[in-house]
Amino acid sequence: MKFKNPAFVHAVFAFLISLLVWELTARFSGWSEQVFPGPLPVLLSLVELTANGTLVKHAVASLFRVTAGFYLAMVLGIPLGMVLGRSTPLRLLGNPIIHFLRPISPLAWIPLSMLWFGIGDLPAIFLIFLSSFFPLLVATTIAVRSINPIYFQVATNFNFSRFETFTKIMVPATIPAIVTALRLSITIAWLVVVAAEMIAVQSGLGYLILDSRNALRMDYVMVGMVVIGVIGLLLDYIMQQLMKIESTSWGTLGGK
Amino acid sequence: MGHIVINNLNKEFIERRQNQRGKNGAGQLNQAIPVLEDINLEFQEGEMVCVLGPSGCGKSTLMRIIAGFDRPSSGQVLQDGKELSSPSPDNIFVYQHNGLLPWMTVWQNVELGVRHTEDLTQKEETIQEYIDMVELEGFEHHYPHQLSGGMQRRAELARALVVNPEMLIMDEPFSGLDFLTHMKMREEVVNMHLFLEKTILLVTHNIDDALIMGDRVVILGDRPARVKLDRKLDFPHPRDPKTAPELQELREEIFFMLGVSYAV
Repeated sequence: MKFKNPAFVHAVFAFLISLLVWELTARFSGWSEQVFPGPLPVLLSLVELTANGTLVKHAVASLFRVTAGFYLAMVLGIPLGMVLGRSTPLRLLGNPIIHFLRPISPLAWIPLSMLWFGIGDLPAIFLIFLSSFFPLLVATTIAVRSINPIYFQVATNFNFSRFETFTKIMVPATIPAIVTALRLSITIAWLVVVAAEMIAVQSGLGYLILDSRNALRMDYVMVGMVVIGVIGLLLDYIMQQLMKIESTSWGTLGGK
Repeated sequence: MGHIVINNLNKEFIERRQNQRGKNGAGQLNQAIPVLEDINLEFQEGEMVCVLGPSGCGKSTLMRIIAGFDRPSSGQVLQDGKELSSPSPDNIFVYQHNGLLPWMTVWQNVELGVRHTEDLTQKEETIQEYIDMVELEGFEHHYPHQLSGGMQRRAELARALVVNPEMLIMDEPFSGLDFLTHMKMREEVVNMHLFLEKTILLVTHNIDDALIMGDRVVILGDRPARVKLDRKLDFPHPRDPKTAPELQELREEIFFMLGVSYAV
């Protein structure tokens, strides 16, 4: 059944071609296997690292940090975005600061976060929080601002309480935009976790890559990259499934 | 109840343009632009009032003020002797389009009007009754975007009626419908009005709609808008301007008043 899905067939085909190109470039690049390993040695290292549990340990460590930081960003960013979207004075106060902080790369916060939170999970979680907090906040603010004013008129016409206006108008109206923002920001968070782990911690996929580089094991580096890609793909897939839920897709035709 | 008196109502908008346009007077900054001037009207309870006028003349503004969404600059709107100042479920506004909440099914949209009913069986029966009334049985669990334009209007009508409001305010409820759906909706609104006897204010730009449906025809015109005609129509339904000479005469008069010399 699954193999009849054209998207799946095409994806497998595309990956097979990439593997072939990888193999050919590795073989004819003139570099040694230590500098540019081909798919086969990387696959063997992947099996080795999976078997001895290293890979799972690092992947779980990274996923834990992403989950913690991302949830924190959701819990703070989305409600704050709702408030800023509805209140013009608060938005006028908050927006300059938000748009000042937004372009500062989370990586620029590394020195300060290490100083403040020490070595361990906390600085990495803080960086991931920073990376997804602002996109979620801004997307939610814009989503609330662009709700058709007719819906608020309907709300006053039908005597909605503030709570009802929130649950029956604001939340459902903004969900499609927020889910899209979640999908975009989980990717950013996943990008940042690897960078953060290269500096502040002793575990995680970023640490695996850095540690392997120091040991001159480029096959391990590539295993790390492959696993990061695969997990990124899975995270995006999960977010895509979220978009297909009927109540989040009222804006698209038929929710197909 | 739906007895409405409008006393000396004026409405102005403030020009907020950044740059002055034109040299003499026309584009003064922060100048108040009068939209409605000295409107005096009285609608009896249960009347179907059709408001006609060229587009942009202020019909919708007047309706928004009557619904309580907007405030007059001066003057007042009295509903049964009490000043009307804020929106309430007594006066339900039916929108030109997209008034349904798109994330709710037809059933959930209609339920908004009776969501405080305690008795669940009675609530369900009421919702079903009104959905049946607008002939949407079978579409209860469809989302608005899955319905045709005419079905969406009917669903919104059901949502408005289920509240049992004193007055319905309909802002061009037939615009954008195809000819046959327009005719059918018109018939449905007339029948519903004969049956429920609610005050209905209906904005339209279709003169035949007004003549066929209205118990009273109000024409707004000029800039700022004033009442150019306020006439009671005492004709039985169904009406046909072609066979009623008086209606035909009025039709030609209205066409002329709105700037078309020969009623076609």
